[in-house]
Amino acid sequence: MAKQYETVIGLEVHVELATKTKIFCGCSTAFGGRPNTHTCPVCTGMPGSLPVLNKQVVEYAVAVGLATNCTITQYCKFDRKNYFYPDNPQNYQISQLYLPICRNGSVEIEVAGENGNAYTKPVRIHEIHMEEDAGKLVHDDWEDCTLVDYNRSGVPLIEIVSEPDMRSAEEVIAYLEKLRLLIQYLGASDCKLQEGSMRADVNLSVREVGAEKFGTRTEMKNLNSFKAIARAIQGERERQIDLLEAGKEVIQETRRWDDNKEYSYAMRSKEDAQDYRYFPDPDLVPVYISDEWLDSIRSRQPEFRTEKMKRYKEEYDIPEYDIDIITGSKHLADIFEASVALGSQPKKVSNWLMVETMRLLKEKEMEPEDIRFSPEHLSRLITLVDGKVINSSVAKEVFQVMFEEDVDPEQYVEEKGLKTVNDEGALRKVVEEVIAANPQSVEDYHNGKEKAIGFLVGQTMKAMKGKADPASVNQMLKELL
Amino acid sequence: MDILSLTAVELAKAIREGKTTSVEATQAVLDKIAASEDTYHCYVTVEREKALQQAAGVQKKIEAGELTGPLAGVPFAIKDNMCTEGTLTTCSSKILENFVPTFSAEAVLNLEKAGAVILGKTNMDEFAMGSTTETSYYGVTKNPRNPEHVPGGSSGGSAAAVAAEECFAALGSDTGGSIRQPASYCGVVGMKPTYGTVSRYGLIAYGSSLDQIGPLTKDVTDCATVLEAITSHDPKDSTSMKRENTDFTSALVADVKGMKIGIPRDYFGEGLDPEVRDAVLAAAEVLKAQGAEVEEFDLSLVDYAIPTYYTIAAAEASSNLERFDGVKYGYRAQDAEDLHTMYKRSRSQGFGPEVKRRIMLGSFVLSSGYYDAYYLKALRVKALIKKAFDEAFAKYDVILGPVAPTTAPKLGSSLADPIKMYLGDIYTISINLAGLPGISVPCGTDSQGLPIGMQLIGDCFKEKTLIRAAYTYEQSVK
Amino acid sequence: MANVISDETIEYVGILAKLELSDEEKEAAKKDMGRMLDYIDKLSELDTTGVEPMSHVFPVQNVFREDVVTNGDESEQTLANAPGEKDNMFVVPRTFD
Repeated sequence: MAKQYETVIGLEVHVELATKTKIFCGCSTAFGGRPNTHTCPVCTGMPGSLPVLNKQVVEYAVAVGLATNCTITQYCKFDRKNYFYPDNPQNYQISQLYLPICRNGSVEIEVAGENGNAYTKPVRIHEIHMEEDAGKLVHDDWEDCTLVDYNRSGVPLIEIVSEPDMRSAEEVIAYLEKLRLLIQYLGASDCKLQEGSMRADVNLSVREVGAEKFGTRTEMKNLNSFKAIARAIQGERERQIDLLEAGKEVIQETRRWDDNKEYSYAMRSKEDAQDYRYFPDPDLVPVYISDEWLDSIRSRQPEFRTEKMKRYKEEYDIPEYDIDIITGSKHLADIFEASVALGSQPKKVSNWLMVETMRLLKEKEMEPEDIRFSPEHLSRLITLVDGKVINSSVAKEVFQVMFEEDVDPEQYVEEKGLKTVNDEGALRKVVEEVIAANPQSVEDYHNGKEKAIGFLVGQTMKAMKGKADPASVNQMLKELL
Repeated sequence: MDILSLTAVELAKAIREGKTTSVEATQAVLDKIAASEDTYHCYVTVEREKALQQAAGVQKKIEAGELTGPLAGVPFAIKDNMCTEGTLTTCSSKILENFVPTFSAEAVLNLEKAGAVILGKTNMDEFAMGSTTETSYYGVTKNPRNPEHVPGGSSGGSAAAVAAEECFAALGSDTGGSIRQPASYCGVVGMKPTYGTVSRYGLIAYGSSLDQIGPLTKDVTDCATVLEAITSHDPKDSTSMKRENTDFTSALVADVKGMKIGIPRDYFGEGLDPEVRDAVLAAAEVLKAQGAEVEEFDLSLVDYAIPTYYTIAAAEASSNLERFDGVKYGYRAQDAEDLHTMYKRSRSQGFGPEVKRRIMLGSFVLSSGYYDAYYLKALRVKALIKKAFDEAFAKYDVILGPVAPTTAPKLGSSLADPIKMYLGDIYTISINLAGLPGISVPCGTDSQGLPIGMQLIGDCFKEKTLIRAAYTYEQSVK
Repeated sequence: MANVISDETIEYVGILAKLELSDEEKEAAKKDMGRMLDYIDKLSELDTTGVEPMSHVFPVQNVFREDVVTNGDESEQTLANAPGEKDNMFVVPRTFD
């Protein structure tokens, strides 16, 4: 009988924190911008420059630690990790090894499972540490060289290191979703995989089912989507099993996943000794997080998803399915709550988010985090519909523009002349014309074909360029027929 | 009036009183540099035009009453490991042969705020690694007291420039004695302040936990005045201390009555030149005669300071010097086909032998499997050394001893045996490990006429006590 | 000499420190490092059980900056000393294929 193998996976997740400035200098962390325009002597490793820690980084790291049930290291330090690479201007990265800021946490993940056998399980977090991001390398094929941009150099990161507690790609993705949601709720990062503000390195080994000892693991880098992660896990699992089946050994190494070729490649060269010579950074002093400071961060922790779902159920009359989707994104939940706070009816806000918003997100391949329209505008749009200023099909049209450009619906409706015509005289005139022009339908109606009136409503709406209230048209038609 | 023979404070006074001008003094010192640089080679870079322009600007401000401080108008020399905006800064290394910083070190900015004129950048041991200023890529500096001898190091150019009257005062940096030892060899005053007193921002790091900038001057008054000018709490340097009572010149008082001075027996043992010993002990007698209480005591762990220092300094240096890789600034080896070859060639061609030696040692003591045995062990011994000093300062206000075991050696006689050269740092090194202030004050000459220095060591933040003791001695032997 | 440094060790340290040594330099480095380590081994005479490693001499902690942007576009200064520059970026030999 063929041997059965179990996959053992641990994750190192890097999250870019949502600070305004870099971890050790006053340069902006804004994304994009011309190369090297967000740089200074500190984040480009100029001789004589020195780092000074951004306090907000500590606050975010502690907040994430508390949300993942970690013990906070109240006395923590920074260490230098030494390795040469041009994206790393000092050729050492300031990170934490000996006293990371958070340790021994865990999160509960919810996994859909096979055949509807949903289950939950804890994934333990070994540690979370603070560190600086590297610059960006651009390969110039034309001149066969590499170009270096330090705009991202020094952007604050936290690295969340899990224990090897996951057993499948599905569990890995559930874990990442869980982390993403917690961190988004904290406002500590937007956690976008495609933009690199959340990145995962996968440590994977296989062992025979029932074996106690872990197999030799490899570390895979360059995974920038959930799909790539799932494929990489599958690919690496197979590669390792093939090695074992062939009586060969798995070598502990770092591998780079190529999502196009669906294969991982060893990154090791003789010049990468993997000996980082960590030692305490003498340029930075220790961080002491007092009980008072810890309490104040704790007291500012937001309402997380579970609590929010519970509250929504109690406060708002909307379906559980809607609650699940809306609270699945902090940004969506924020829009929902703000719109409701502006006086809009929860059910109506929820409808806009669940139907039109979801449709457009899917169509444009966007994430809920990418939504740009403001709750004020959504709320105003709902008011316009409620007051019959516009009808629902015009509202959908306006919403689409609002979704794309966040226009003010009131202003837009005004400018484009989309208001429903409520002038009874004008409506009567058009309806009379429609009746005169469609004798066949009028006859059908009189012969009991209820459907015929629908056609006449349509003709009237068309004649009025959509700017009529269909109910009023219907009523007027019946009256005149 | 012989302008060049004035001290910095005397010169500033003469300028304020209209007896001379900053431009005149700057021109005089530039003439002196032109005349004697061929012999001593104190500078890597002299900025003639810039200095004269700066002097003219400063002079205007003095006359307008905008600059009234005790150093306004005085020409200074800066060690070439402090960044100076727009002026070549090489650390006396080939690897920075073309590096022009875009900002100035905080200490330099503080001096400029006080009205100093910057003449140029002084020669040093490459990246401050050495005790003779012979490891500079730009040639050796010679001791103005006797050009056949070294000026000491690593701030040898700064000490020699003061001694040769090629500046009125200078800044140096001290990681294991690099201000005090050349001051002693050249017969000038040099002080390493308490760690964190002078901002390290803009000082190109050697051993970050040990490096401190300090003054090299003609006398104790200048030393206190310059220290007062460069001391600041700098938010750009996380290790910069918020200090109070930094009016160091208020300690220029000739009075040591009741001051308790401890003389460590361990500093007068084997290896100490008898002439140096006699001169230093005679200086102690002078202070005793002025009312200080002097007694001998045992300062343990002296023998362990050097291995501790070389482990920590080399480890930090190996990391600090990684940034010199040919990517962002400085020397880049040409025609390297791949990245790692570019790194290796740029660094191997750019660094001199002593720098490579310390980088290799530092990389080794931090490497996997050796970190605990070497690096962590050294940090533990450092804690013991600090404790030994704490205990000593519970009993004494000042510790008095020699700066170096000998007077300045002959040129070319030291580099052959690195360990022997390292042993020369035995009396200065533990002060850096413990973060303490120390001052070197001239206390005579040997039979060859070479200067001898006495070292006064104070407890943390007690520069004023040192200044008072040093000033009292200086006044007594005038 | 108690510490004998092998060719492999010197080779390895050369990789870590990114230094390329000539054969002569390697021989000298082996000798120098061996002697330095012998000398450093003196520290093992001291019993440091229970002594905390001291990286900072003063117990200073919590030195922070506020999260406020203070720097503008300094790319000109950043690139002022670049040995190779293209499109506002540093040029280095190709990093991987």
